[in-house]
Amino acid sequence: MDVLRITTSGSVDDGKSTLIGRLLYDTKSITQDKMEALQAASKRKGLDFTDLSLLTDGLIAEREQGITIDVAHIYFSTPNRKYIIADTPGHFEYTRNMVTGASTAQVSLILIDARKGIVEQTYRHYFIACMLRIPHLVVCINKMDLVEYDEARFNQIVEDFQQLLKGSHYEDKVVKFIPISSLYGENVVTRTDKIGWYKGQPLLEYLEAIQFDQDDKQHPARFPVQYVIRPKTEQHHDFRGFAGKVASGSFHKGAEIVSLPNGQRSRIKTIEQFDRQLDAAHATESIVITLEDEIDISRGNLLVTPDAIPEGKKELTAQICWMDQQKLTSGKTCLLQHGANRIKAKVQQLHHVIEVTTGRVEEKTEMGLNDIGRITLRTAQPVFADSYQANPANGTFILVDEFSNATVAVGFVE
Amino acid sequence: MSSIQWQFPRALEDEAIYILRETAAQFERPAILFSGGKDSITLVRLAQKAFYPGKIPFPLLHVDTGHNFPETIEFRDWLVESLGLELIVRNVQDSIDQGKVKEETGKYASRNALQTVTLLDAIEELKFDACIGGARRDEEKARAKERIFSVRDEFGQWNAKIQRPELFDMLNGKINIGENVRVFPISNWTELDVWNYIREEELKIPSIYFSHEREIIERDGMYWPYSPFLNTTEDEIPFRSKVRFRTVGDMTCTAAVQSDADKLEDIIREILAAKISERGARIDDKRSEAAMEKRKQAGYF
Repeated sequence: MDVLRITTSGSVDDGKSTLIGRLLYDTKSITQDKMEALQAASKRKGLDFTDLSLLTDGLIAEREQGITIDVAHIYFSTPNRKYIIADTPGHFEYTRNMVTGASTAQVSLILIDARKGIVEQTYRHYFIACMLRIPHLVVCINKMDLVEYDEARFNQIVEDFQQLLKGSHYEDKVVKFIPISSLYGENVVTRTDKIGWYKGQPLLEYLEAIQFDQDDKQHPARFPVQYVIRPKTEQHHDFRGFAGKVASGSFHKGAEIVSLPNGQRSRIKTIEQFDRQLDAAHATESIVITLEDEIDISRGNLLVTPDAIPEGKKELTAQICWMDQQKLTSGKTCLLQHGANRIKAKVQQLHHVIEVTTGRVEEKTEMGLNDIGRITLRTAQPVFADSYQANPANGTFILVDEFSNATVAVGFVE
Repeated sequence: MSSIQWQFPRALEDEAIYILRETAAQFERPAILFSGGKDSITLVRLAQKAFYPGKIPFPLLHVDTGHNFPETIEFRDWLVESLGLELIVRNVQDSIDQGKVKEETGKYASRNALQTVTLLDAIEELKFDACIGGARRDEEKARAKERIFSVRDEFGQWNAKIQRPELFDMLNGKINIGENVRVFPISNWTELDVWNYIREEELKIPSIYFSHEREIIERDGMYWPYSPFLNTTEDEIPFRSKVRFRTVGDMTCTAAVQSDADKLEDIIREILAAKISERGARIDDKRSEAAMEKRKQAGYF
């Protein structure tokens, strides 16, 4: 059974929460007691309809203000697959929450109000989808009921959006546009005669058919060592296993590996998953590797195959999203966490900040909360990262503040 | 059983094992919060797999309210014995005797909220810096907002507005003195995922999850297990019925469902057809719309 992870972003009034509520409702994922609680809450708010958005806005402050503040994770399944939706706020001041929600997604779902067309926040959501290189992009043009299901209006928005795609990595990919009304459940799960001119699939049908990218398995083999297992029991006296999750590519029993940073080589003796022995392990699998030789390996080491050894760099240039109240200026030191490795780093240069709604680049001496920009870092030890474009699973890092311990940035290696 | 809804998505196990290994590597003194319920039993299995052939590198911490189902306690002791685990028990009764908390009164009295104080005291006493819990985001809307590494302040409080962003699978377990972290490895699992996992892994679970005969009373349209801990009114007459429990908390705050399901397959079939959510049987959640969020702010897990 596979799991499809979706991120949605929408402005305050785009009807994003209503759309998710609709998906849950129409796939019968809302139980009767939750539905009753929803009806009661809607009534208390003086509404004469059941407000499906109350289902996802889980915090008191969100219900008070009628907005989404933090990422909520929502689950539903069809007989076909399991879905996880990361529901994120759309407003500028929550850009970091959008990036967070989008980081694990295979599908980015962008909502556009049919009356308003492309607005500032659409650019932001689209920019994030591009920055994270989310494999699939679905654009729902919502509130079609409020524009009398007008085909010309839909086509106009599609055309405007296609202008944005030019030059991005989505240009040669399928980007799906769907006219919907989430309030009335039209083209969400079921078709409607009212949008009879639209011959494509409704949203859920489209999501059901999305094929998974197997990219992670084709990328170079990377295995960050998380933990060394040494039972020292009578039965497993000499056992020394390296536990971790394959970040990308595949590892095979008997094959040669190189351990970074020291460059020592050995062969894989066994690949284990609990009490089972495997011939090979692939991206995303949690395994234990044992080696033929006793070489010095600890948490933070990276096992790779000799055909694709990443270059260790003490100077990294990356696009980052700054996530802290305290501003970033060049010269700041922090901890860089890449895989299971934490290294002291210093911001050497702040190149520019990007105005995400226009794509305009601006030279600045500081970055504030939610800013996206390009920086160069110097690190105390070499970092064995790939570029995010070439191998996303080994091309990201976070920055951790040495004093507050907060996660202050996410970076995408160039 | 060919339907996909009967299959456990293995990616969720890989993710949970990854989280447990990060916890062991990033913290000095983690513990598993063990209630004897199906979610914490699942956690123990995952920990067993994550560190095999080594032992689970953390103890189990059970905050015993004194109002547990005896079957749960019996199961707990069996599991600890058979896997050779370390179990630490702290009692809510002690917190009551020390005057730190006050027993609730009235027919809805429960020790559910009281256990937070005992838990926070235990964390402080035993110097745990990470407590691994079986909470899932699908259970409840405040839990849907929860992080995998959830930082709590010195008072155990959850502040939803300043949560650390969690990106990709990178987990930041660095904390300041006095702070601790709640870790939720099965955040992305649903109730159905847990049951399918239990079935595929052939895990043992306490007998009360299966259909059995028991004395119950009816209150507010729900079946409550009759026990010496439950304050009843005169017109609440206990009667015997065939029931089972879908979720296991205290005897005073967990409702039973009428059921003949005595096999895992039947339980899963019931869940697939259920019209009521899992926590619909948790009386502690019904206190208000924000009952869970408020308890979490106070340090509940």
